[in-house]
Amino acid sequence: MAEKKRIKSNLITYGIVIGLYLVMEILMKTGNLSSHLKGLLVPMTYYAIIAVALNLCVGILGELSIGHCGFMCIGAFASSIFSKLTQNALPTPVRFFMAFVVGIAVAALFGFLIGIPVLRLKGDYLAIVTLAFGEIIKNVINAIYFGVDSKGAHISLNNVMDLGMEPDGQVIINGAMGITGTPRDANFTIAIVVLLLALFVVLNLMNSRDGRAIMAVRDNSIAAESAGINVTRYKMMAFTISAAIAGAAGVLFSHNITSLTATSQYFGYNASIMILVYVVLGGIGNIRGSVIAAAILYLLPEMLRGLNTYRMLIYSIVLIVMMLFNWAPAAVDWRNRVKHKFIKRNA
Amino acid sequence: MSFLVYLINGLSLGSIYAIIALGYTMVYGIAKMLNFAHGDFIMVGCYVIFTICSTLSGNTFVGIIAAVILCTLLGVTTEKVAYKPLRGAASPLAVLITAIGVSYFLENLALLIFGADIKSFSSVVAWQGLSFAGGDLKIQGVTIVTILTSVVILIVLQLFIHKTKEGQAMLAVAEDKGAAMLMGINVNKTISLTFAIGSALAAIAGALLCSAYPSLSPYLGAMPGIKAFVAAVFGGIGSIPGAMIGGLVLGIVEILSRTYISSQLSDAIVFGILIVVLLVKPTGLLGKKIQEKV
Repeated sequence: MAEKKRIKSNLITYGIVIGLYLVMEILMKTGNLSSHLKGLLVPMTYYAIIAVALNLCVGILGELSIGHCGFMCIGAFASSIFSKLTQNALPTPVRFFMAFVVGIAVAALFGFLIGIPVLRLKGDYLAIVTLAFGEIIKNVINAIYFGVDSKGAHISLNNVMDLGMEPDGQVIINGAMGITGTPRDANFTIAIVVLLLALFVVLNLMNSRDGRAIMAVRDNSIAAESAGINVTRYKMMAFTISAAIAGAAGVLFSHNITSLTATSQYFGYNASIMILVYVVLGGIGNIRGSVIAAAILYLLPEMLRGLNTYRMLIYSIVLIVMMLFNWAPAAVDWRNRVKHKFIKRNA
Repeated sequence: MSFLVYLINGLSLGSIYAIIALGYTMVYGIAKMLNFAHGDFIMVGCYVIFTICSTLSGNTFVGIIAAVILCTLLGVTTEKVAYKPLRGAASPLAVLITAIGVSYFLENLALLIFGADIKSFSSVVAWQGLSFAGGDLKIQGVTIVTILTSVVILIVLQLFIHKTKEGQAMLAVAEDKGAAMLMGINVNKTISLTFAIGSALAAIAGALLCSAYPSLSPYLGAMPGIKAFVAAVFGGIGSIPGAMIGGLVLGIVEILSRTYISSQLSDAIVFGILIVVLLVKPTGLLGKKIQEKV
């Protein structure tokens, strides 16, 4: 019975994503979607993907991370370098597929390496160290100059001239100017497919032996350990998978714009916090909620564009009021009272 | 000689971080929440001083007093309206996200009132400073005032917390809210007082920060706020001497690495040191070790 219910719930989640995709496609085909809104579809999807990734970390593993955009940044840059290097050597579908493999693998590797020290810490200390790693990733990428020529790869932390490139060389990462000219391979269909895959991975993980172990670690790590669960192993597993999915979002990010820079607007702690807002408002541990919240909250400020300067002010007030309404013990009591009254009247 | 100048500059920046971190750490110790809007209180303080100095009376002293009073009111009101209802919520993340909402709100309100363009701030310290070794070693007035202010604040705070009834109440609430309530301590009042002190410190830090780095924008508080938070964690969050040491170390490391290593990487180095310290001592330099019980 529980199994049936779970499958139904998962199918609803996939159905919502596919339904959203179909509605948007129909609107696009019939010309009812402004070009501005069309441009928002891919970002909306990769924010939904990274929200799913962060929910795996915050909701399922129970560790607060405020540096997840760092993994997105790594996925974006690694895949962008790969795509630039193989731009003429590989056909587009193969190259883009390989770009995903590279971006996800590198982000997962960094997730693993960063997870080793980070997961030893607890609570707010863990949160601040993830923030620190996110900022370090952004700052280091901003300082790197990287180029390739006939003699091989060159890397420098000073400036472009320091690379000592041959005339046939190509500068790939130009310091704070980032990477320009990544092929724009991403589109809405591919983004939705990646989102569905990410959902598939996370939803199935949650219902596997490993997923239950991860949730046991979240609920009580000491009890889990005494039941024979290897706490470190499962923490690392969830954190690495979460980083890998964030990396996939990064691949979509970098292949959707022509000029990729590691700015704090997209990869700083502020961006990571924005994703955290999606996760908390969607419901901590509720994967479907994350997707819906990411879609609505990403589009909301854009929809309010008509209000111009007031839009972010309104957004912030909506955010505070929603948090108070959803979480304040007094508000929760009031909601329950109203619910009971309603049920009584109908009975 | 130039090393000494950089060291003193670092000490000055560190003092500013320390003052902000004191507010952070007190609020965290009592309310057990990361007040992400704390950095924006700094920004509010700066704009209040700027407005009063440039339009109204022009008196800096009046400006600073007004900023301190306004920030105190802002801190207490924010706590009452946005944070207090969430006390006892099912998830500690709820109040964190609300604090982020408050931060967005303040930034965008400032953006609406003052615009996005960067305004230049005239230093609140008119004194030119001292000159040693025949003019080789110049120390700016604002640098000296900043360092002295932070020392005075630290001493006054320590005295306040350990010698007065209100301060003792703060320690008690930080230790155990429920037990403090049973001992007849007014927990709500104590938390309000903590927010008031923290926000007043933010206003003072704002005045000093903008005197040293005189450009005003709605987002000026965000980065110093985060750095101060890092300083508070570095020193062991909840510990007042820890926040002071953390702030000073952070400021010195930032200025020295910016000068001698790379201006691009200075933030990365600061955060790197935080990570190393937390790995060696997971609760910060002076933090209390909490034994986990089954």
